[in-house]
Amino acid sequence: MFDVKIIREDFPIFSKQSNDFVYLDSASTTLKPQFVIDAVNGYYSQYSANVHRSIYTIGEQATAAYEGSRKKVADFINAKDNSIIFTKGTTESINLVAYAWARKNLKEGDEILLTEMEHHSNLIPWQLCAKETGAILKHIPFNEDGTLDLSEPEKWFTDKTKLVTVIHQSNVFGTINPIKEIVKMAHDVGAIAIVDAAQSVPHQKVDVQELDCDFLAFSGHKMLGPTGVGILYGKPEILETMNPFLGGGEMIKTVSLNESTWNNIPWKFEAGTPNIAQAIGLGAAIDYINSIGLEQIHQHEQLLLNYALKKMQDIPEVTIYGAASERGAVISFNVENVHPHDLSQLLDNDGIAIRAGHHCAQPIMKKLGVSATGRASLYLYNTKEDIDRLCESIVKTVNFMGGRD
Amino acid sequence: MNDLRDLYQQLILDHNQSPQNFRDMEDATSKVDGHNPLCGDEITLYLKVIDNTIEDISFKGSGCAISKASASIMTTLIKGKTVAEAEGLFTRFHTMITTGKISGDMGKLAVLAGVYKFPARVKCAVLSWHTMNNALHNKTELTTTESL
Repeated sequence: MFDVKIIREDFPIFSKQSNDFVYLDSASTTLKPQFVIDAVNGYYSQYSANVHRSIYTIGEQATAAYEGSRKKVADFINAKDNSIIFTKGTTESINLVAYAWARKNLKEGDEILLTEMEHHSNLIPWQLCAKETGAILKHIPFNEDGTLDLSEPEKWFTDKTKLVTVIHQSNVFGTINPIKEIVKMAHDVGAIAIVDAAQSVPHQKVDVQELDCDFLAFSGHKMLGPTGVGILYGKPEILETMNPFLGGGEMIKTVSLNESTWNNIPWKFEAGTPNIAQAIGLGAAIDYINSIGLEQIHQHEQLLLNYALKKMQDIPEVTIYGAASERGAVISFNVENVHPHDLSQLLDNDGIAIRAGHHCAQPIMKKLGVSATGRASLYLYNTKEDIDRLCESIVKTVNFMGGRD
Repeated sequence: MNDLRDLYQQLILDHNQSPQNFRDMEDATSKVDGHNPLCGDEITLYLKVIDNTIEDISFKGSGCAISKASASIMTTLIKGKTVAEAEGLFTRFHTMITTGKISGDMGKLAVLAGVYKFPARVKCAVLSWHTMNNALHNKTELTTTESL
């Protein structure tokens, strides 16, 4: 039985902040349950040894916990353990593919297919890569309702397309893109498919085997885990063909002064002492999510989302961006005659945290014809009262900025 | 919302709703764009300087209430001043916004004195001023708050 009151008790920040604290910025980063904090503390206070090299009890304990987390991540997205690489976040995961796969495999005139909906973290690595390899960037446009315009697939998926990389759930519109179909279209023209799943994995069941994607990237801190840990999933047969990304300790088998051989996957891609505590914290976050149930979390969010959309649409001054039928609990919006920065400042005065800005998606803002938007995003700890408070505060802000309070 | 009255005084709200000198200028002697990448604020600032005197000043663009009001009030104070006077006011304004210390008569600008208590908003208030200062010195490349 999903009980948000009980869930909120698991998050110490609610008792540390004042009673009126409303957190609506989980698409940026999520709050952390005590269970995750304890797991990180537990590593540092009880067995803070390095992994994979220490022949003593706490070293073995650390290795078991670190590798145990890898297994939890693998199970969570239905992957094999050796396909899970710990990185510092989605951004690094995507860059890893751009450096270790794309720079080796792309040549002049090859096409990298993205969408206009990408987060900067899935735009810039490819701009850099295209400059170096001579590959060409193409972007599938989005419709007014925040869905991808896939009406002319043959225009985008061609025999020149070698790499397709798409955001699973938009961090601006909340749109859940038809990833399985996109992956298939990529494979049909012989391209590899990369999924930026930073906004989807925390909120819905993602099965990499069902999607059949070649790479999938996400972050720990957006799913109740610590900052500084992310995941790159890669199909093992592709990871095997790739050169290392970073060189250093851990990622080698044998080293001489002039030459080395590489460790097996996934360790080949984990140079140096890894983010042990963070990886263990992510494993705990997955345990926590599993204990509540991802499906229950998803349903709770969808109920709140529909409640919020309806309630916000009832405020005449509010414009909501994006109207996809399949969407996550992310709402970008503007309030007439109130700049998002002012809105965010005034909501903060009422204890409400929303995001204001371009959401690391400046091309989207440009196409929408706005410089910025406000964004409210939800997770398992949010309540209807949070939405009520948001809406009350928006109305108050309209009056305040209009000099009517 | 009493706490916020420090930041959003009535005069700021008024200038946000009805900004002064909010227009293009065809015969400008200097035109400079300013940008705050943090929040997306954009401003184009126009100056007409003749014989070392600011004959006219105007701006266009989009931004939050703080940035708009700051630009609007600035234009009303700078018009008719000499370049040296404008530079002096820029320096005193900058001090006030970053430290809260008011030196000399700041006139209507005093309503922005509370901004220093909100570090995230300081750049909103200073963007137009830095853009104006660059226009005074004919530095016509894009002014961004990231380089301040």
